[in-house]
Amino acid sequence: MNLHQLLDFAPVFDHLGQILSGFWTTVRLSAATAVFALIIGTAVAGMRVSPIPVLRAAGTLYVNIFRNTPLTLILLFCGLGLRDTLGLWTNADASLSGYWLSVLGLSVYTAAFICESLRAGINTVPLGQAEAARSIGLTFNQSLRLVVLPQAFRSVIAPLGSVLIAMIKNTSVALVAGSVEAAAVMKQMFDDVGGTIPVFLGFAIGYMILTLPTGYFFGWLAKRMAVSR
Amino acid sequence: MTTTETTPKPATRRPRKKNASVLFDVPGPRARRRNHLLTVVFSLVFLGVLALLIWKLNQKHQLDGKLWKPYTNADVWQNYVWHGLWNTLKATIVAAILALVFGVVFGIGRMSDHRWIRLPAGAVVEFFRAIPVLIMMFFALAGPPIIADAFGRVISPLSGFEAVVAGLTLYNGSVLAEIIRAGINSVPRGQAEAGYSIGLRKSGVMLRILVPQGITAMMPAIVSQLVVLLKDSALGYIIAYEDLLNSGFYQVKSNYGNLIPAAIVVTAVYVAMNMALGYFANWLERRSRRSGKSAARSLGTGTGAPPAVGVGSL
Repeated sequence: MNLHQLLDFAPVFDHLGQILSGFWTTVRLSAATAVFALIIGTAVAGMRVSPIPVLRAAGTLYVNIFRNTPLTLILLFCGLGLRDTLGLWTNADASLSGYWLSVLGLSVYTAAFICESLRAGINTVPLGQAEAARSIGLTFNQSLRLVVLPQAFRSVIAPLGSVLIAMIKNTSVALVAGSVEAAAVMKQMFDDVGGTIPVFLGFAIGYMILTLPTGYFFGWLAKRMAVSR
Repeated sequence: MTTTETTPKPATRRPRKKNASVLFDVPGPRARRRNHLLTVVFSLVFLGVLALLIWKLNQKHQLDGKLWKPYTNADVWQNYVWHGLWNTLKATIVAAILALVFGVVFGIGRMSDHRWIRLPAGAVVEFFRAIPVLIMMFFALAGPPIIADAFGRVISPLSGFEAVVAGLTLYNGSVLAEIIRAGINSVPRGQAEAGYSIGLRKSGVMLRILVPQGITAMMPAIVSQLVVLLKDSALGYIIAYEDLLNSGFYQVKSNYGNLIPAAIVVTAVYVAMNMALGYFANWLERRSRRSGKSAARSLGTGTGAPPAVGVGSL
């Protein structure tokens, strides 16, 4: 048994720059995706709860398609389909187009889950709250702004946190659309120095540094903002 | 005269109007007119977007009828689509069974009264839930020969199938462990106390009281997690496992150059399978909410895995 060979952390420190740049891309992907997915998700949630049947149907179609399609397929389609076949974003340099195609794929996928969390949040507000708001004479806008949405947003913080953590982990799939993020760097290192436990642990810890604090933050926020009923 | 005790009727609430929602009143005549107008406007907008998409695709010759030609050939279905679908289902079913075993062991382990079982089980579950499935698959593929080498042994690397199953099992098993723990915890405490008071031991309380009631509560969540497992099996494409995505989309597209038809066919298969599983989960949830057999509240189908570390309580 050769413990020295098994637990040799030297490759991790030798390639630290490469690893950190991979995780920096992961962070940039996560940040941009969070913004776009929240925007798209909120819009689709608005469509799904609107009183207009066409919008509701379109929102339902969007959620059913993107929630049930593997992310790998969506990102692969972004790379092979949108870039290579349909010629979108081909003029930019390769790493930049890979980045934005990944953000696009991750955003439309994550938005479906954000939409469902938001909708579930709106459904947790008891009907009596809206009825009470109307009965004391609040207008539609007032009851939405002062009564319904504040309660809905607060109850949605924890589920949104879960969705965002899943999204951070999902950025690892972005390598199929041409992003050189942490998982791609790890694959490269496995090819170069071999799939040793220290290299794997290094990347696992890197991901945990991103996901665990996010989890604790959203848990703290959700508890702080909880609606007492 | 005998007084018959009249049991008071349970207060029935006035039935809600059919379309009552927390957001909108039932529309009056003006709102109805406005809604009709908006329906027309948005229909036109959606049709316009669709037309633009079709026009763009047509410009790149992606909608030519000849691109669908391969799908009139039974060999394409046989060698690519069904071949890939079978591999996807094989990996999904094997991983689902192993993940359930993993989940039961670690879920119950995490509820153990002994700290030396509870803490390691919790650490394993939280570790595998905090990292991406993909890097587990990479490690399952590259790791074992190197570890064996350090022990002076030689083993051949895992096949693509084994690596996919390993990654899916570890991640989904950890999520299922959390679902199982939450399901057991959702059985009211009085149930376990009643069990102890009639003289059952710890194992008897678990097997005869908590598990049967907990399973009813956790079934919808477990089936929902299987949707995640089925979708994640597509990660096999990245490590060159011939799953539905690899064989049914990538290889078809590479051999016949029909990107759009291949994408549509494969997406339809995935969406159909996952929606069927999703409806099954919803049906299970409705059934378990209706049934009076379990004192536990159904965990529901939710929108994803149970919360990660620190995010709320399930």
